This record gives sequence, structure tokens and C-alpha cells, in this order.
Amino acid sequence: MKRLVLIVLSFLLLTAFGLAQKSRMDVVMERGKLICGVNGKAPGFGYVDEKTGKYMGFDVDFCRAVSAALFDDPDRVEYVPLTAKARFNAIQTGEVDVVFRNTTITTSRDGSVGVDFLPVNFYDGQGVMVKKELGVKSVYELEGATVCTNQGTTTEKNWTDFVRSQGWKGNKLLTFESFDKVFNAFMSGRCDAVTTDKSGLVGWKAKAPDPEALVILPETLSKEPLAGFTFQNDSRWRDALTWIVYATIQAEEFGITQKNLDEFLKSDKPAIRRFLGLEGTLGKGLGLPNDFVARVIRHVGNYGEIYDRHLGPNSPFFIPRKGSLNDLYTRGGLMYSPPFR
Amino acid sequence: MRALAWMKRNLFNGVWNTLLTLVTAYLLYAVGRAILVWAFTEARWQVIPANFRLFMVGPFPPEAIWRVWVALAIFLALVGFTAGVVVRRRYLGTAAAVAGVLYLLAFPVLLPSSRLGLLAAAFAGGLAWLLAGSIAPRLARRLLAPVWFLGTLAAIQVLSGVPSQRWGGLLLTVIATFFAVVLAFPLGLLLALGRTSKMPVISLLSTLYIELVRGVPLVTVLFLAWIMVPLFVPEDFRVPQLVRGIAGFVLFAAAYLAEYVRGGLQGVSRGQWEAAWALGLSGFQTVVFIILPQALRAVIPALIGQVIAIFKDTSLFVIIGIMDLLSMAQVVLSNPKFLGLEREVYLFVMFVYFLGAASLSFLSRRLEAAMGLGKR
Repeated sequence: MKRLVLIVLSFLLLTAFGLAQKSRMDVVMERGKLICGVNGKAPGFGYVDEKTGKYMGFDVDFCRAVSAALFDDPDRVEYVPLTAKARFNAIQTGEVDVVFRNTTITTSRDGSVGVDFLPVNFYDGQGVMVKKELGVKSVYELEGATVCTNQGTTTEKNWTDFVRSQGWKGNKLLTFESFDKVFNAFMSGRCDAVTTDKSGLVGWKAKAPDPEALVILPETLSKEPLAGFTFQNDSRWRDALTWIVYATIQAEEFGITQKNLDEFLKSDKPAIRRFLGLEGTLGKGLGLPNDFVARVIRHVGNYGEIYDRHLGPNSPFFIPRKGSLNDLYTRGGLMYSPPFR
Repeated sequence: MRALAWMKRNLFNGVWNTLLTLVTAYLLYAVGRAILVWAFTEARWQVIPANFRLFMVGPFPPEAIWRVWVALAIFLALVGFTAGVVVRRRYLGTAAAVAGVLYLLAFPVLLPSSRLGLLAAAFAGGLAWLLAGSIAPRLARRLLAPVWFLGTLAAIQVLSGVPSQRWGGLLLTVIATFFAVVLAFPLGLLLALGRTSKMPVISLLSTLYIELVRGVPLVTVLFLAWIMVPLFVPEDFRVPQLVRGIAGFVLFAAAYLAEYVRGGLQGVSRGQWEAAWALGLSGFQTVVFIILPQALRAVIPALIGQVIAIFKDTSLFVIIGIMDLLSMAQVVLSNPKFLGLEREVYLFVMFVYFLGAASLSFLSRRLEAAMGLGKR
């Protein structure tokens, strides 16, 4: 009897391994479309366009970039809107191929939750906003201030940690269940400052009746590097996704845009030619089409173009990029792609 | 003068009542004024017409919108056919239907093409109505079930040209409610019969299921369905999110329906069973022709109440990421162009839910009246 159980078990294990051997890459290519988990409710990052019913946003464009790299068509994507709670399950159950959904990389998510993260595509962080009339220039001048934020979030904990580490006395923290209540309390003068992720602060500042009267303080209280993620133990698929994200950053560094791509395709610089797949086998080595970079740029654009489209000065949801962490490393930011060679 | 007398009798008879009336009137005035002033001066209602499509069908691709119209036409034809069979006072029904269509057409935000689609769908409903009236009543009654079955299949077939991931808004809410109710009903019936059964295993299992599900919040059941269902099917075969969500609802609603039906079953006196047996009916015949009709008739209000509850509870789809009406409200609010319009959007969504729930409970009252509940 025991032997029978053993045989059955080992058989099951073997089949499980057999299944695991098949990379998601092959599944996606066979299916002919990408299934991408997104956020449908994050201003600027993922939302539904009111006319076409299509998903739009910064994160959504990375799904489109993957689709462009694989199929030479940015629209062969099926979007699955995911909630914050469901996003990791969706990967664990194989529901989606990849998730781009403003998710912070943390140790526990990489470890015990069991997903693998792609390169960071947006550096967020907790910030503090005050009214200009308060005359405060730095977070360190807020001793004794009343600060508002929303309940049960990491922002609440980060702020109390910060106050404790400064050894301040008399600081008060007011919390509300949703950020619109937080913001109303702030505008009506019940608190001196509000705190949440900087990308969120920018959005709320833009909504205010007089945005000029508000200041977002320069300090960042917590690190929130946002990145896409996918399955653990599927290196082939993960590598491909990783380098597709890097390609957008490297393209910006080279100065290749949707518009001037055709000129660069005529370039005789070896680094550019390799990057665009005109020579060498960079793409093939990843199991991708050799010209995957050119496809991404043609259909979606480089990192800067993606950023400006959704978060740039001409978008309603403007998050300044110049000199921020999201700028290229050549301009003092953290966006840095390993070399394509 | 009569109004004055009425007011004196009901609102101002005595010091305390007068005081209460005045305070209430002031509160009503203050709140009502604030709301009206906001609604007519500050509110930016443009967000509703600009996103009307999203509220109604969600991310459904605009170029395939004809599928929604065809499905709606089929649905209205089914309703019309049923009405033609059930409603006897024809002129009243016709007047109501015409008024309904005119009302919908008068909706200011509709595109011309939408009006056309609506008109065509209403026309299909009217045709089916006439058809049902022109064939023999017995035959029409017999046809009801197969017609609904085929019609529903056809409607879903038409809609399926677009993957269910892109259904959304009110369309999705209605579809989810419809299937949750239609599928939960037989399951609930079986569970009720099982629980009242004399066979111990069946009775025990039914009781166990009912109590287990009723002891768990709906949110949990939904999450469970969302996470667990994919584990039971092969990896290549993906169960659409919508199907999993509806599965959760069916499992949940069946337990409640079962308890309502059981209440009805226990209200049928023992003499009915004995009389049926004395006539020589089999157990099956007794249940189907004698007991269930009486039991169900007694619990119609509770059953319709459950239907309304399902309709409203579909808004819990928000948490598993299905794009129902409430989800679409949040989606609209995250569009950078419409940031900060929570009040307008949520009021509109509330209005739509209210319209749906109110028409369902109106239907329920008509149904009760038609079946002579409380009279016989």
C-alpha cells in the first residue's frame, strides 16, 4: 500500500515538474495574446478611457510594450483588472501572465508571497503636503503639527515612526477612512499637513481649487519602488519581461523615440544596431524576436515618452520628473538600464 | 380647506406635536436646500453624460455595441412574450410598455444610434407580445420555458463575440443578477427539499451546506470562488472572472433561497400530503404538483427580496475586480479628467441601483396581487 502511495505521489510530482518545465513564454506565444493584470482605478497609472472603453495609463503601457515585443502589435492584450488583494493570487493561480499594477517591491512579497519582480518602472515615496501660508519648507519643521492621513495604511505607520525617530512631542495624527475625507479636513484647516504617496499628493494638489496655494515638501519618508511582477521559477519568461522594461529605459538614454526610430534604424553605430536587432542575436538569446526593442519603441515609445504621455506636464495628472528619482541616471535620477550587449 | 384641517389634525394637535413638526420642517428645509443648491449650482453633472457608455456597458468595445442591442432585443422579446402569456389586461400592459419606451428615449444623454437600438429592441418586444397573444394560450404557456432557454442561450452567444472580460457596467450587473438568480433557484429548491427529506444522509448534507454557507460572509464566498475555482480546472482552461463571481453568488444565494422555500414547505399542512397520497400520486408528483406550488406562493415576497438583494450585492464584485456598475463608478473617478467628482458619480450610481431595485419590488407586488396572496 505504502509503495503504491509513493508511486502515485512521485508520478504526480513528475507531472507537476513536467508542467513547470513549460515556460509561460510558450503559453503566451501559443495563445497569441498576453493576459496582463492591471489597476483599473489608479489615476494616471491605469484607468478606462471614457470613449473607447480601452485601458489607458502608465502601467498599461508596459503591458502594451510586452505585447508589442512579442507580437509586433501593442493591442494583443487582454486586461484583467485586479484589486490590491487579488493581485498576488492572480499570479499564483496562473490567471494572468504578468502584473503591472503600481506594486511596491518588498522583501516579503518577493520571498514568502512568492512572486518575482521586474525592474522598477516608477519610484514613488511617501511625501507631505502643506499650505503655502504655513511657511514650512521642510518636513523637519513640523514638530507639534497635526497631520492627516488615511486609516490602516503604511503611511500612517511611517509617519508615527518618523515622529518617534525625531523624538517630537505634541504631534497629533488624524486619520480618516478615505483620502477625500483626509483632503477635506486638510482644506478646512483641521490639520496642518497631509501625508500619502507623492504621486497621490500630486493628483490631489491638482484637484484643489487653488493648486498654487499648496506645497509638496521635498523630503520622501518611505521608499515605494513600483514594479511589475510575474511567476517565480520561470526565468525565461521573467528575463524576457525584464529586458523589455529595460529596453524602454535604454531607448531613452540613446535618444530613440517613436518619431526618430526610422533614422536610428539606418544608423551605423554598432551599439545602436545591436540594440535595435539589426545585427547580433540579443533578442534571440532571450527567446524574443530579434527586433523586439524596435517593436516596443515603434508601438509604445521609450520610457520618457510613456511617462510624459500619462504623467507629463501636458497630462492632467502631472508628476514632475526632472531631477526626480524617475529621471534617467544621466540626469540625476535612478532610471538605469544595464547595457544591451 | 381640507388640507388645512388635515394639517391641524395630524401635524399641529398639541404643543409637542407642533414643536416636532416645526423642527422637522426646519431640518428638512436646511438639508433639502443644501442638496438642491449643490445639485443645481456646484455639481458638475457633465461627468455622467461623458461617461454614460462606461456606466452602461463598461469597457465593451464601441464597434461591437450592436451585440448589446441584439441581446437586449432578444431579452425584451422574451419579456414581451412572457407578458403576452401572463398579463390578461392587454391595454394596460401596452400603455405601460409604450410609456416605458418613451421615457427611455427621452433620456437626454443617449446618442442617436442608441435611440435607434433601443427602439429596435422595444419593437422586438412588442412583436413577441403580439405573437404570444395570437397563439393558443395553452401552447404559449408550454412554450415559455423552452423559449426562455433558447433565447437566453442566443443572447449570450451574441454577447460572447466580445470576451466577458470586456463586459461591464449596468450590462454586467444585470447579466450577473439574472444568472445568479436563475441558477441559484433550482439549487435552493433542491437544498430545501433535501433538508426536509426523511433520508438522513441527504438531509444532513443539505443542512450542513446551508448552515456552512449562511455562516460565512458573502465577501468570503466570492473570494473563495475567485481563488478556488481555477484550482479545479486544468491550467490551460481559464474560467472567466465573471463566471467565478456568478458561481460565488449562486452558492451563496442558494442557501438563503433554500431556507425561504423550507419555510414555505413547512407551512403546507400535513393534510395536503396525505390527500395527495390518497389520490394515488407518487412522491415526485406530490411535491411538484401539490406541495411546491403552495409553498412557493407563500414565500414570494421573501424570494423577490432575495432577488433584490442579489442585484444590489453584485456591487461586491468591486473587490474581486469585476467591472460591475459600482466598479465603473470608481473607474470613471480615476480618469484624470474626472478627478474629484465622487458626489455626482456615486449619486448617479445610487439612482440607477434604486431604479433597478424599485422596479423589481414593484414587479413583486404585482405578482403577489396577481396570485391573490393575502386574500386567499
